[in-house]
Amino acid sequence: MKKVLQVSGVTKRFGGITAVGGVSFDVFEGEILGIIGPNGCGKSTLFNCILGQLMPNEGSVKLDGRDVTGMRPCDLNRLGVSRTFQLLQVFPQLTVRENLILSGQEHQGSMAGRLFGRRDAGLGAEADKMIGFFNLGHLAGEKAGGLSYGQQKLLDAAMAFMAGPRLVLLDEPAGGVNLTMLESLKERLRAINAEQGATFVVIEHNMEFVMSLCTRVLVLAEGRVLAMGTPAEVRANPEVVEAYLGH
Amino acid sequence: MNLDRIILLVSLFVATAVLIVLPFQLGRYGLYILSMWAVMAIGAIGLNLTLGYAGQVSLAQGAFVGIGAYSAAILTTNHWPMSVAVLVAIALCFAVGWILGYPALRVQHHYLAFVTLAFSTLAYLVFRNEEWLTKGIYGISDVPRPVLLGFKMQSPLRFYFLCLASLGIVTLLVGWLIRSPWGRAFVALRENPIRALSLGIDTRRYTLMAFAIGSALGGVCGALYAPLVEFIDPTPFTLGLSLNLLMMVIVGGAGFFAGPFLGAAISVLLPEWLRFTEGYYLLIYAVFVMGLLIYSPTGLLGILDKYLTARSTKKASAARASATATFGAQS
Ligand SMILES: Nc1ncnc2c1ncn2[C@@H]1O[C@H](COP(=O)(O)OP(=O)(O)OP(=O)(O)O)[C@@H](O)[C@H]1O
Ligand SMILES: [Mg+2]
Repeated sequence: MKKVLQVSGVTKRFGGITAVGGVSFDVFEGEILGIIGPNGCGKSTLFNCILGQLMPNEGSVKLDGRDVTGMRPCDLNRLGVSRTFQLLQVFPQLTVRENLILSGQEHQGSMAGRLFGRRDAGLGAEADKMIGFFNLGHLAGEKAGGLSYGQQKLLDAAMAFMAGPRLVLLDEPAGGVNLTMLESLKERLRAINAEQGATFVVIEHNMEFVMSLCTRVLVLAEGRVLAMGTPAEVRANPEVVEAYLGH
Repeated sequence: MNLDRIILLVSLFVATAVLIVLPFQLGRYGLYILSMWAVMAIGAIGLNLTLGYAGQVSLAQGAFVGIGAYSAAILTTNHWPMSVAVLVAIALCFAVGWILGYPALRVQHHYLAFVTLAFSTLAYLVFRNEEWLTKGIYGISDVPRPVLLGFKMQSPLRFYFLCLASLGIVTLLVGWLIRSPWGRAFVALRENPIRALSLGIDTRRYTLMAFAIGSALGGVCGALYAPLVEFIDPTPFTLGLSLNLLMMVIVGGAGFFAGPFLGAAISVLLPEWLRFTEGYYLLIYAVFVMGLLIYSPTGLLGILDKYLTARSTKKASAARASATATFGAQS
């Protein structure tokens, strides 16, 4: 299978704390990889190192075999890698539709072209499709800041998919989302994975969500890889049970 | 929503009509004041783009007005046509604004305010001390008013219409910019630069662009200011002017398209209306601004916006309630 992402020996230290200590793993094309681990074990920091928000102290990140360590997030995004953040990150003053158009517009043509081109950057139809796909139809014209938390969370995820990415990293997409919405979110992710062949890496604390969605699971503990395998293997691993699952 | 649109269009029409008809009733001084409003509104529109839309604090807009004014004054007193002077002012301010944008890539908010403040002081010192270019404190007098398509714009009325037309053009161009994908990217830059960056928005380039375009409009403001007052010396271009422009943007409502028009009107006209209070007008203005910002930190248009949002929320929840009711009846 083709490796989309190769993370090798990534280390990130904050002063005396080693938040991520030599983490290596590969992500294969079309898979849904889950990342689990206790609070503060370095999951979000690992994402930030992979995606250029933080420069790792050591190690490298490769996309399709090409070194992209420390590449600017906007350039990485244009290579087809998108993400969500752990904390909600929508643009409250823009409408739902504008949030979505914004999320895809920089992938269309040049900066000058966008200035003189169409107001919706040719993404209006695409945005409406995404709005329908995430059941946000009745909210399209509302300012994102006026939506409920769960609705914003869905919009947040939808934004990450606007540009038709090949690799999507989601940091706790299910946090604060109610059960019904959770099911619909899972369904959406599966559909995008199946239809567009997009690869996912998902950080999540909701075990049921991870175990039912992911093809493989990576367990982090204190900034290191504790275990890696199918959901069943991970669940059966005594170390994992001791460190994480057994409470 | 539809009603709001109609109200907006009607008030726009009325305002334009007033701006076209009123001047014929005004004397020399009234025309001067109204021209000053149009000119300052252009500078404030520029700052609103940088600060209100893109969220980059700048205390240097007055310096760009100065650069524009000196460009126009120096060139036109050396017999260059006004059109060339305006283009030079735009190009110069765009370039300097672009450079001033670089600090904004490193520092934000009040730190950025300090950097731009330092630039403002620097520009003032250049205006005052580089006598070979600016004639220093003696200033440049007899700045000519332009000749446009064979028409001399010397009379106050004609020059007013030139200012108004310039404001109209700037309004259309900036309105179009704001509604283009760039406008959306500017707002994203203001609201959440980190998320914007992760969505492929090159925040570095947009930040520099926001500074450059906003500053260029400061240049246009200056290039009209010079022939309006017909005499240029360093005194108007102190930090005070930058603060005044900032006040216009904030009082009107930063990030609202109509904010600068309103803010400039208050800043330019209020002193005239309060003339009868003699020395107290600044005090009254200060108290008014403080009161306004305590009541509505988002300025005058912020009040209107709050009211409209409240109304549409009420409408939306009413719609939701009736939808739930029908849903309940069906099931
Ligand atoms: N910018 C920072 N400066 C200093 N320390 C940081 C910074 N970011 C994270 N850390 C530290 O790094 C460690 C890992 O944090 P991180 O946010 O990656 O954990 P996490 O696994 O995502 O936790 P959670 O499940 O609660 O989201 C924590 O000890 C945290 O305090
Ligand atoms: Mg985290």
